[in-house]
Amino acid sequence: MKLLNKVVPTLVASVCLSASIGMAGTLDDVKAKGFIQVGVNGDLFGFGKPDEKGVWKGLDVDTARAVSAAVFGDADKIKYTPLTAKTRFTALQSGEIDLLSRNATQTLSRDTDLGLNFAHVNYYDGQGFLISKDLGIKSAKELDGATVCVLPGTTTEQNVADYFRVQKMTMKPVVIESTAELSKAFFAGRCDVMTSDASQLAGIRAVAPNPQGYTILPEIISKEPLAPAVRHGDDQWFDIVNYSVMAMIEAEELGITSANVDEMKASADPKIQRFLGVSPGNGKALGLSEEWAYNIIKLVGNYGEVFERNVGVNTPLMIERGLNALWTNGGLMYTPPFK
Amino acid sequence: MSKIETASATIKPPKTNIGIVGWSRAHLFNGWINSALTLFVLYGLYKVVPPFINWAFLHANWAPVSGTCSESSGACWSVVTANIRFILFGFYPHNLQWRPLLAIVILVLLLFFSQNRKRWNMKLLYIWTAGLFIMGVLLKGGLFGLESVETDNWGGLPLTLLLSVFGLAAAYPVGILLALGRQCRMPVIRSFCVVYIELIRGVPLISLLFMSSVVFPLFLPEGVVINKILRAQIAIILFTAAYIAEVVRGGLQGINKGHYEAAESLGLNYFQTMRLVILPQALKIVIPPSVSILISAFKDTSLVVIIALYDLLKTTQSTLTDPKWMGYSSEAYIFVACIYFVCCFAMSNYSRKLEKELDTDRR
Repeated sequence: MKLLNKVVPTLVASVCLSASIGMAGTLDDVKAKGFIQVGVNGDLFGFGKPDEKGVWKGLDVDTARAVSAAVFGDADKIKYTPLTAKTRFTALQSGEIDLLSRNATQTLSRDTDLGLNFAHVNYYDGQGFLISKDLGIKSAKELDGATVCVLPGTTTEQNVADYFRVQKMTMKPVVIESTAELSKAFFAGRCDVMTSDASQLAGIRAVAPNPQGYTILPEIISKEPLAPAVRHGDDQWFDIVNYSVMAMIEAEELGITSANVDEMKASADPKIQRFLGVSPGNGKALGLSEEWAYNIIKLVGNYGEVFERNVGVNTPLMIERGLNALWTNGGLMYTPPFK
Repeated sequence: MSKIETASATIKPPKTNIGIVGWSRAHLFNGWINSALTLFVLYGLYKVVPPFINWAFLHANWAPVSGTCSESSGACWSVVTANIRFILFGFYPHNLQWRPLLAIVILVLLLFFSQNRKRWNMKLLYIWTAGLFIMGVLLKGGLFGLESVETDNWGGLPLTLLLSVFGLAAAYPVGILLALGRQCRMPVIRSFCVVYIELIRGVPLISLLFMSSVVFPLFLPEGVVINKILRAQIAIILFTAAYIAEVVRGGLQGINKGHYEAAESLGLNYFQTMRLVILPQALKIVIPPSVSILISAFKDTSLVVIIALYDLLKTTQSTLTDPKWMGYSSEAYIFVACIYFVCCFAMSNYSRKLEKELDTDRR
């Protein structure tokens, strides 16, 4: 199955690459059909999931909405395709979707073999362990012989196997397909420890029968830069997606929010003037209207707003900014100058 | 003589042989093994039923608010009541959800109306055509001033019913044709049918769905997009038809050879033989197995989750990924199980009734 997971998308990629030669640009396609087809998660609270009314919500969804705002001046010209971990790359390669915004980890092989281009990271994640305090374990290095609850088909499964091998420890994996059932199994005591991206673990602990009884171990065993992705071979579309993500980060750095963006247009700061299109140039360079960044901030918000709205400390996930803070606050969010 | 007769008529059987006591003595406590089993079962029920009723009803929480659930010890039906519209209708625009609801009502009424065999005539066909047209318009919109709704937004119960009703309705005739083809004397048709049936029966539905949604589009020319629901629908029809075909073949082979010969000697041609003599008998024999196939096909429609169609089961699962509701999967699944049960039970019940009506002394 592992092999199949790798072989099929690669095969598909090679078929598609030969087919995509001579295709019109994605931007023109998207403008012609009037919407962006976006692949999202569908089951991941805080990143991509419909709410009670069937409206899509989440950090990845807002990232896609930013692209839509930049292209159309309307954040909701999007059709969502919920994808599983197994179908996500094939859907992008086959042209079924124009943009994949589904908490996908950027890796070398995905970037090359699978024919994907990852835009700027919209969430820096890392894999951790959630464990019951009763076991009295303080470090992941004491986990020898543990049963581990893990989701299949992701980098998570591989990382935890690698980690145990390197530490010369043994583990018994308990593999369950969906996060909800996995966490239920964990709380029912089916496994000693549960591993997943740290962003997930915080949320899972929050719904535990007794959240105080569980702790997240200090070791983060992997780097998981989650980023939106597009197909190889269309640089203009890649630039648009890339700079749409970065515009949200840049806006936070410049202090522009969805609330004050109209006042900021009057700002004398040349950086802000260029950013919001008051002094033109950026839009033309991307092939968009000069209002593109203004629209993103006005309709979706800056990165800080999007983060706090979807996954921040006031949501059930209660995630601190951490690595996802601006570089000026000790995080990794850093953008090139917008000029 | 007469005196004795009246006396014996007035003597009643002993109390322990009649009424509840008598019945339970005869059925539940006749012999020590049965008595022990009865007591054991009663004890089991006592252990299981009251706690379940406590959990499901007495201490249950019905208000569509999440916060109150963690305090009560009972079931949290709030997960269903708070998300009922998403579970039932998926992404269908919130303010237009009366339309799929009405479509479902029409479908149920149509099914109910046509269960009486006396109504099976051309008029019924027209009624169904009109009904299906109205349902289509209600779901899709774009006509008569109804707002248009993309098929991408269809989901929940209407999608499940759509896939199964159309899937079963289309698969049955296709399956009959395949079964006839398999018995056909013409080698090309026969081998095509054999290959088709064996091939389809040899792969799981999940791989067919996967092929139809992931691999199939790769072979289409640039710009040609076939609707995802349609692709899944076709996969389900193709799959179910192969199974129906094998069941019908069993029925065809169960008919005595004399019937074929009798029909031929009357001068009936192939189609007349089949339509007037063989199929009516064969299809009657295979009602029980074909209903079990239809029921399993109905439940199999939930496999469309793997190609990201939000059917009833998927919308429920999606609800459960919300941290607010993550712990309450039992309640949500019980709710969905009830819906599935009602549909399947109705199907098997109806088939039993049909069987009885059509049973003209074969034995």
